[in-house]
Amino acid sequence: MSHVAGGAGPDDRPGGPVGHALGRGVEGAGEAFRALRARIAGSSPGTTDGDVEPAPEKVFGPPLLEVRGLTVTYRTGADEVPAVQDVDLLVREGERVAVVGESGSGKSTTAAALIGLLPGSGRVAAGTISFAGEDVTHASPARLQQLRGREVGLVPQDPMSNLNPVMRVGAQVEEVLRAHGLASGRRARERAVELLGHAGIPDAARRARAYPHEFSGGMRQRVLIAIALACEPRLLVADEPTSALDVTVQRQILDHLEHLTESTGTSMLLVTHDLGLAADRADTVVVMSKGRVVERGPAAQLLTDPQHEYTRRLVAAAPSVGAARATVRAQAREAPVAGRRHDRGDGVPVLRVEDVTKTYRVRGRGNGDLTAVDGVSLVVPAGTTTAVVGESGSGKTTLARMVLGLEEPTSGRLLVGDDVVGEARGARRRAVRRAMQPVFQDPYASLDPTMSVERLVDEPLRVFDEGDRASRRRRVGELLDQVSLPRDAAQRRPAELSGGQRQRVAIARALAVEPRLVVLDEAVSALDVLVQDQVLELLHELQRELGVAYLFITHDLAVVRQVAHAVAVMRRGRLVEHGTTDAIMGDPQEDYTRELLAAIPGAEFYAARAG
Amino acid sequence: MGRYLFHRTWQSLVTLVLASVVVFLGVRALPGDPALALAGEEATPEQLAAVRADLGLDQSLPVQYGRYVGNLLRGDLGESVRTGQPVADLVATTLPVTAWLSLYAMVVAVVLGVGAGVVAAVRRGRWQEWAVSSTSVLLLSVPSFWIGILAVLVLAVWLGLFPASGYVSPLEDPLRALWHLTMPAFVLGTAISAVVMRQTRASMLETLSADYVRTARAKGLSPRRVLGRYALRNSLVVVVTVIGLQLGGLISGAVVTERIFGLPGLGRLTLDAVFTRDYAVIQAVVVLVTAFYVVINLAVDALYSLLDPRVRVEA
Repeated sequence: MSHVAGGAGPDDRPGGPVGHALGRGVEGAGEAFRALRARIAGSSPGTTDGDVEPAPEKVFGPPLLEVRGLTVTYRTGADEVPAVQDVDLLVREGERVAVVGESGSGKSTTAAALIGLLPGSGRVAAGTISFAGEDVTHASPARLQQLRGREVGLVPQDPMSNLNPVMRVGAQVEEVLRAHGLASGRRARERAVELLGHAGIPDAARRARAYPHEFSGGMRQRVLIAIALACEPRLLVADEPTSALDVTVQRQILDHLEHLTESTGTSMLLVTHDLGLAADRADTVVVMSKGRVVERGPAAQLLTDPQHEYTRRLVAAAPSVGAARATVRAQAREAPVAGRRHDRGDGVPVLRVEDVTKTYRVRGRGNGDLTAVDGVSLVVPAGTTTAVVGESGSGKTTLARMVLGLEEPTSGRLLVGDDVVGEARGARRRAVRRAMQPVFQDPYASLDPTMSVERLVDEPLRVFDEGDRASRRRRVGELLDQVSLPRDAAQRRPAELSGGQRQRVAIARALAVEPRLVVLDEAVSALDVLVQDQVLELLHELQRELGVAYLFITHDLAVVRQVAHAVAVMRRGRLVEHGTTDAIMGDPQEDYTRELLAAIPGAEFYAARAG
Repeated sequence: MGRYLFHRTWQSLVTLVLASVVVFLGVRALPGDPALALAGEEATPEQLAAVRADLGLDQSLPVQYGRYVGNLLRGDLGESVRTGQPVADLVATTLPVTAWLSLYAMVVAVVLGVGAGVVAAVRRGRWQEWAVSSTSVLLLSVPSFWIGILAVLVLAVWLGLFPASGYVSPLEDPLRALWHLTMPAFVLGTAISAVVMRQTRASMLETLSADYVRTARAKGLSPRRVLGRYALRNSLVVVVTVIGLQLGGLISGAVVTERIFGLPGLGRLTLDAVFTRDYAVIQAVVVLVTAFYVVINLAVDALYSLLDPRVRVEA
């Protein structure tokens, strides 16, 4: 093996099944994953320590980037708090290394330290960074300026915020060439157009004169790629390059990036939270947790045979195709849930959407209206989960808002139980409102930061005049128990909670008035994968216990597998495909659905391994 | 962009018409009778009536307004009740003084304010920021008339560096004009520069931490370019807004400043007119100031669309 960076070799692995360590809490998942892994390893369950096929031998050049014992600290008050500790990293010529970890794991700080762009009070406290044999740990600002852009390109995370809004995109590409003296005058302009073209911007000569706001997110990321690769750097640092993009766009961009770097032999350091993506795109994967490297090795080996406890949990929680398939089966078999607390047992679906259309008048648009939702019909049976999947602009959020009565449909109707949303008046109206509760995407923005958790959870009860003070207090305690928050969390404020805990508060709040339907609009999208997994688990348990139905709005098909009984795929306002999760995932009928499925990071990896 | 400006211009015209109505009615609502003031306390009722008829004050309000607007459009601002001179002439001699003073003060305010703001943002947490910030607090909290009086005392009377009063038009003798206007312009301008500085600093701190600034550094651009083309350029939209708002306030600031430095400007004319209830002059000045505000606003809007390409799409 040529993988110097590889961790434990095949012989060091502990014997016996490793699967038990993957325990997810959901019965059957661990089993299924063992089976899957066994299939990957080509042996029967329980004997997974057989041969893991080594990745096809890829020969890399000499070391390009060598990081030894890197420790980065941030100053908070009088203290130096370490964000990265004792990290070693090696990227050779032509190698693609992925650094994987959750938020706060130190992966982005590591990347920033490499190019000398640590924010604020961050500084390299120990260790060395050498690039192409040169120690650049404490290089002068002038030297770093020479290296940046010229030798090391950066593709940043969010394409919406990383381009200068008041400068034409062509000029933003040109100026890198000029800054490093690679071209000037008309030559620079022509080269910029060429680079934009290579990065996949159609009609580049004309588009070069446009401003960033005239581009979509995907196109902006292409511009940023053109900038990063303009000087043909030897190393490309890509910090979550596609996390802000739709899954199909993400795939196109990554394919393109791969193609470009491969053709020039550029090495890549890919920073990502997505293990599946790392598996698809990298030769070597380095897993970071709490500022330290916990495991490293060839991508395939690391995913199929993780050694460190943390990596195992990550692999288990990764909502990638193979891992999750079993979960939904296990779950779906239990459905539909009948006779539970919130189910009236009369067979009336909790939500019926009947031929609903929503159009918006767009000012200054010659041809008139924008149809956000176009003739959508679907039914959510009581106690089940229906996922509505789509990319940005598909109309899924507009649909959710209509269900919640926040928007009126232009035509068609929505029924919660027997009541038409928006038509019911007086007491009925309150009952309809009460029957469905929302949980929104951003737990940082959707909870009033000035209210205590108790007040937040208590609020719906007060709004609906539920009980007296004492009984409400008891109920809040119960709810906190249900969402597995400690009771003393009641007196805290949102700022004192983690993202996952906040989303638990939002869920407790939604459940307070015992709704029959909870509308979850991208409710787990902002959470780290392990936390996401826990919240999904919680939702699942609550459904089993309370019989509440979920309308689960998401862009993430991988998550859908874990939670939904039925899936509705939306595209440009229309319902493209609608059916049980197994049917849609196992045997998609529409090209678009297939495209979405194929674009899930890790799908390729699992397909190749299992296929 | 054309449509955007057309739209804004149209809005400005409406504002002007509304303003003329308000001014017209407002002056009528002031206590005190101009006819009485003109004819004197001992005038007979017949004399008063004659004066009223002469001024058109005996007619209905709409008629008075119609006449007023008609005259306004012809450039006839009426006659000063006090001196009998055409108001247009009075304005023509005093307006340039105030205009030059304001222009000079604005240049001082922008150069000092933006410059100090950038320094304060870039040198955050060091002595430069501390120095700039405390100076701005000082300038904001000390009334400018006091600074003006102090400046006259120290720079003019004690040191004799600048003249204590007087005015020369820049068109006649630019150097002497500069000499005369420098002290009032700095007194007027530094007060505004404090506001501009604070806004620039805040805005720069925000853009300096923007993602695109980090990306610009990752491109290997020089610090100077990152600061100018990225951070400052993106801060300017906010700064221009503040400058526009402050420019309007210049006129009221000029009233005091002109008084202190004995400049024969619009401010002094206004002050005199208010004390003698000189309707025609007050009206003319207020309409003029309103028009000035409106034009400044229009200019600021036009600047927006130059500074920020995203504005051009709207409208």
